[in-house]
Amino acid sequence: MTDAAPHSIQVRISGLRKSYGEQLVLKGIDFSVERGEIFVVMGPSGSGKSVLLRHIIGLEEPDQGDILFDGRSILQSEVARQYRLAMVFQSGALLNYLTVGQNVGLYLQEHRLRKPEEIDRIVTEKLDLLGLKGVKDKLPGELSGGMNKRVAIARALVIDPQLVLYDEPTSELDPLMTITIGEEILNLKARIHVTSIVVTHDRELAFGVADRLAIMDDGQILFVGTPDEVRRSQHPFIRRFLNADFKAKAISDLS
Amino acid sequence: MFQNIGEILLLLWRTFCALPQSFRQRKMIFEQLFEIGNRSLLMACILSLFIGGVVALQSGPVLAERGIASALGGLVGISLAKELSPVMMAILIAGRIGSAMAAEIGSMRVYQEVDALRTMNINPIHYLVLPRITAICIAMPLLVIFSMLVGWMGGGFVAVANHRIALTFQTFFSNLHDVVQLKDVANGLIKSLAFAFVIGTVSCHQGLTTIGGPRGIGRSVTKAVVNSIVLILILDYYITRVMLAFDND
Ligand SMILES: Nc1ncnc2c1ncn2[C@@H]1O[C@H](COP(=O)(O)OP(=O)(O)OP(=O)(O)O)[C@@H](O)[C@H]1O
Ligand SMILES: [Mg+2]
Repeated sequence: MTDAAPHSIQVRISGLRKSYGEQLVLKGIDFSVERGEIFVVMGPSGSGKSVLLRHIIGLEEPDQGDILFDGRSILQSEVARQYRLAMVFQSGALLNYLTVGQNVGLYLQEHRLRKPEEIDRIVTEKLDLLGLKGVKDKLPGELSGGMNKRVAIARALVIDPQLVLYDEPTSELDPLMTITIGEEILNLKARIHVTSIVVTHDRELAFGVADRLAIMDDGQILFVGTPDEVRRSQHPFIRRFLNADFKAKAISDLS
Repeated sequence: MFQNIGEILLLLWRTFCALPQSFRQRKMIFEQLFEIGNRSLLMACILSLFIGGVVALQSGPVLAERGIASALGGLVGISLAKELSPVMMAILIAGRIGSAMAAEIGSMRVYQEVDALRTMNINPIHYLVLPRITAICIAMPLLVIFSMLVGWMGGGFVAVANHRIALTFQTFFSNLHDVVQLKDVANGLIKSLAFAFVIGTVSCHQGLTTIGGPRGIGRSVTKAVVNSIVLILILDYYITRVMLAFDND
């Protein structure tokens, strides 16, 4: 545990509430994520998953409740600064006027953490890792949505994070690339024992990588458990959500 | 618009505090400077030429009727240096560069690029706002000097070419030279610097507070330009008053 400690964070969320105007988006969220764990959050669109991640990375301030890293509240700004965090945004959020390579190297470059040649090497290495050879000098606008997503993941990995938040990392990827990303999430855990929180709709990915899963609906966590526990859960909403299938027959019957 | 003034001043203050960082962003500053020059030089030239020309055209015949046409050089010189060049250039830059700044930063905000910067501990004020405001503050005074020179030329052409004024270049420019003092030019440059701060801060603030998708970006751009111009004209009046008070001493 001691040698793992520098590379991961224990996250605890307690009683987190947030509303925008009249709309209560997070209605009291409680859970904790252990060091080096891959914690997956699933839930329908609009249930507040992205908002939850934005709170954990410190982009939003909660109305009520607290977020603790290793037992210390990050609402004191100095605490969060002591950790290396990374977030892969749902939209990728690459800077459009920088090349892919500059985007990936931005963190190291702006904080003067490495020499330019070294940054170049790291950037190439991370891009290769995500199957992005030869795109370094392209602009994000010239890539497909899925490629943008992978560049965003590469950018997050360059930070050498202790906690990575993925907001639907595979939403625009083909099944093979989804596997690659899933493997990379697992790899990262094996290699550097990073803590990961993954928001996804993708059942394959979720059950493939999760140590534990949380099911979220309408600003609340309905259930937290291991993938097996979730599969066995009798909660009607969870059953419906996980077993949702295309009812081809029902549709052909209509016509 | 006025409820935002506090926020705008705060942004200006934060940018001031970040000024020591600006040498780190020199590449961005050069890029911005190039953008500004590239986008506005030609327009500035045309605008100034015609403004100088129309001032001469309007006042030249009036002076000529009273037999003091030779005073035209000074009149054109002063009005451009102290008033028209700074204000016209500010309006031009608000329209061409302020709008672009609001749009760029606004779209970065809407597409979560600003958030992404924050998660990387990169301060958007250092990274996005500072280079833009610095560049605009360097570019504006230069542009205004350029505008004065071109505007004076425009006035000179009209003074020579218009048969009701019919001066020589010599009389026009020697009068201009006699009347316009260095402090009048400095006056205009100080104004232009103030306007540059207004355009930079208002536009960047507007960009950073953009909400509501692509339509929000459009709204931000419009507001940035309109608010900048209104503030410039109001500020122009008060700066002029202050400067006149100094003149009288
Ligand atoms: N800045 C904001 N201002 C106002 N409302 C917001 C804001 N951010 C999110 N919301 C609202 O919060 C709710 C949850 O949004 P969120 O983006 O977290 O959903 P999500 O679970 O990530 O959905 P999806 O799976 O579609 O990404 C939505 O109803 C959204 O309209
Ligand atoms: Mg989302």
